[in-house]
Amino acid sequence: MSSDAHASHPADGHHAIAADAPHGSMKGYLTGFVLAVVLTVIPFWLVMGNVLDNAVATSILVIVFAVVQIVVHMIYFLHLDTASEGGWNMLALIFTVIMVVIGIVGSLWVMYHLNLNMMPGMMTARPG
Amino acid sequence: MFSNPDLWKFIFGRLTWQDILPETIVVYTFIVVAIGGVAIVAAITYYRKWGYLWNEWITSIDHKKIGAMYMILGLVMFVRGFSDAAMMRSQQAIAFGANQGYLPPHHYDQIFTAHGVIMIFFAAMPLITGLMNFVVPLQIGARDVAFPFLNNFSFWMTAAGAVIVMISLFVGVFAMTGWLAYPPLSELPYSPDTGVDYYIWGLQVAGIGTLLSGVNMVATIIKMRAPGMSMMKMPVFTWTALCTNILIVAAFPVLTAVLALLALDRYAGTHFFTNTGGGDQMMYVNLIWIWGHPEVYILVLPCFGVYSEVVATFCGKRLFGYASMVYATIVITILSYLVWLHHFFTMGSGASVNSFFGITTMIISIPTGAKIFNWLFTMYKGRIRFELPMMWSVAFMITFVIGGMTGVMLAVPPADFVLHNSLFLIAHFHNVIIGGVLFGIFAAINYWFPKAFGFKLDQFWGKVSFWLWVPGFYLAFMPLYVLGLMGITRRLNHFDDPSLQIWFVIAAFGALLIGGGILAMLVQIGVSIARRDQLRDVTGDPWDGRTLEWSTSSPPPEYNFAFTPIVYDHDAWWDMKDRGYVRPREGFRPIHMPKNTGTGAILAALAVAFAFGMIWYMWWLAAVSFVAMIVVAIGHTFNYNRDFDIPVETVVATEGERTALLARHA
Repeated sequence: MSSDAHASHPADGHHAIAADAPHGSMKGYLTGFVLAVVLTVIPFWLVMGNVLDNAVATSILVIVFAVVQIVVHMIYFLHLDTASEGGWNMLALIFTVIMVVIGIVGSLWVMYHLNLNMMPGMMTARPG
Repeated sequence: MFSNPDLWKFIFGRLTWQDILPETIVVYTFIVVAIGGVAIVAAITYYRKWGYLWNEWITSIDHKKIGAMYMILGLVMFVRGFSDAAMMRSQQAIAFGANQGYLPPHHYDQIFTAHGVIMIFFAAMPLITGLMNFVVPLQIGARDVAFPFLNNFSFWMTAAGAVIVMISLFVGVFAMTGWLAYPPLSELPYSPDTGVDYYIWGLQVAGIGTLLSGVNMVATIIKMRAPGMSMMKMPVFTWTALCTNILIVAAFPVLTAVLALLALDRYAGTHFFTNTGGGDQMMYVNLIWIWGHPEVYILVLPCFGVYSEVVATFCGKRLFGYASMVYATIVITILSYLVWLHHFFTMGSGASVNSFFGITTMIISIPTGAKIFNWLFTMYKGRIRFELPMMWSVAFMITFVIGGMTGVMLAVPPADFVLHNSLFLIAHFHNVIIGGVLFGIFAAINYWFPKAFGFKLDQFWGKVSFWLWVPGFYLAFMPLYVLGLMGITRRLNHFDDPSLQIWFVIAAFGALLIGGGILAMLVQIGVSIARRDQLRDVTGDPWDGRTLEWSTSSPPPEYNFAFTPIVYDHDAWWDMKDRGYVRPREGFRPIHMPKNTGTGAILAALAVAFAFGMIWYMWWLAAVSFVAMIVVAIGHTFNYNRDFDIPVETVVATEGERTALLARHA
């Protein structure tokens, strides 16, 4: 009922660290790098060149580029795909996304509500 | 020598002689602590134990020893936190009318802040982390955690945080803001002293340790389970540990971020949470509770795991509803992120926000209730042995249900508008934290102590402690429910209405009983050490256990398992016993293990120096120690001499000794 065939135990020290993890290729890294640069330059250009007159639209575009940037980093630099680590990485990613969305959306909702309801005399009245 | 004030200011920042031991009562405390400290140092020197301490404990990366050190840290800080509580209870019992009591507001405010901070961050968290550290690798059939050095480093960072908070007792002041340091009170204009800075840096340093140990535990549980142990065959304690550590990894960065923003407000003059400079202090409240609510589940989930193990073991039955227990734990993990606003219903959100969070809060009681029924059904028709861990579990089930029901009351927003910030709230969260977390830790200590040290804890003194603790708890906190319903708010150090005094006197008497319970627990440990030969556990399985840790000797060998077990059932050891498992006597091989290292302790010591420099504006000290930390950390990565093999002769000798021991007592 016992076995020593269990190869990857804790104390294996420096060898065999993530031997099965993909390490990517020159092409992959270059693609990622070019995409990352493009996705960085465009938002800078949008803001510094004052391309759109609308500040809200610019902010939203910058955020969209930031999110795409995150995805590029995950695919090309962190080598995340649905299969790595037996799906655990994907599960962790989904969990993280849910947590971040809960935190951001929840905070926006809560703070927006406070903005509407607190100190009515001091706020410009908005339709609620 | 220091006639030049600029030079003094450069070297010592804002530290002056007046900051050291600022109050008489603190001077007495310091004298006692100093005498105790000198005695301990002298004893260690006299018995020449410094080398032993350094080699066997401080630099150890054995998860069992790190677990034990976490427990010791937690218990020491628990006693400190309790002494704060005793001071508050006695102050509130006497400070009526003309009597101002013995604690001026300036001091009282520090005490209630320190009590909360210490009990949550430096008592409950280390106790929980210590339990998981000790038990999880043994339960999953692993030889250590995934990152053994990181484990040592995490422990010392937690200890460093505790040291920073303890320094504030004697040098300068601690925060006077309450345990979550809400702005604007915690902003520089309103708290110009060092209190909030001690708070920020103590928590930031300890937070690094907590976060890293969370990462470590998640990796350990996901990657290092024994062959055959699929997720649904993991012991329930391991399941709850997994969920807790996922919560840690997801929630603690929020705390770190929000404290970093507060630090920027205080140090760099930013306006994240100021009222005047365009900031919003309510964002602080919002963010800190996004961490704060998961935190309470971080504390209580592993205790649910403890009760599951204890109830199944002492009823001699499989846990009722294993799968529902697992799903309930997962549901609680997710839901714990969806309820944070119930900590500030009164802040001014509208009806839709408040009702959403009120309803999610009530929903969370469903999986929790399912767990309670699972434990009750496990007990039903079981052969219950009322050993100490089982007694604590039963006390938990009764106490926690009361606390849970008052929690549902507080989850109703209109009721919360009446009860918030009152002693009712204080009674509620002590009811769930003491009844849920602390009782679980006591059950766990009594349950796993023989595994950790090789002898059981004394039953008589354990029962004394139990029977002082449980009635003491009820006497101390039920009056607070009454007072809270009468509208008495928290954090007051003086009252005018003499008709209230009797309730505070009863509560103080309850605290006295709890103090007796703590004392009895210390006596229990002392007596057990003295009588360790009679209490010796030779079998390794003193309770007729069900999970893998009971298959090892007590205490387990350094390498835990000579052979990695293969698992077929979620009560793996019970299943092995059932099928007539025979311990292997030969075929041993050398075992590859990590080597001890002092880097963790050194980094943590530098972190204390860095924090001290930041707190007192000694910028040179902060800069030097920060650079030193980076250099040591990078230096450690060049240490390739970090593992070794336990020679096969040692394994054969260790296992042979156990075979002989088992044969002698067969």
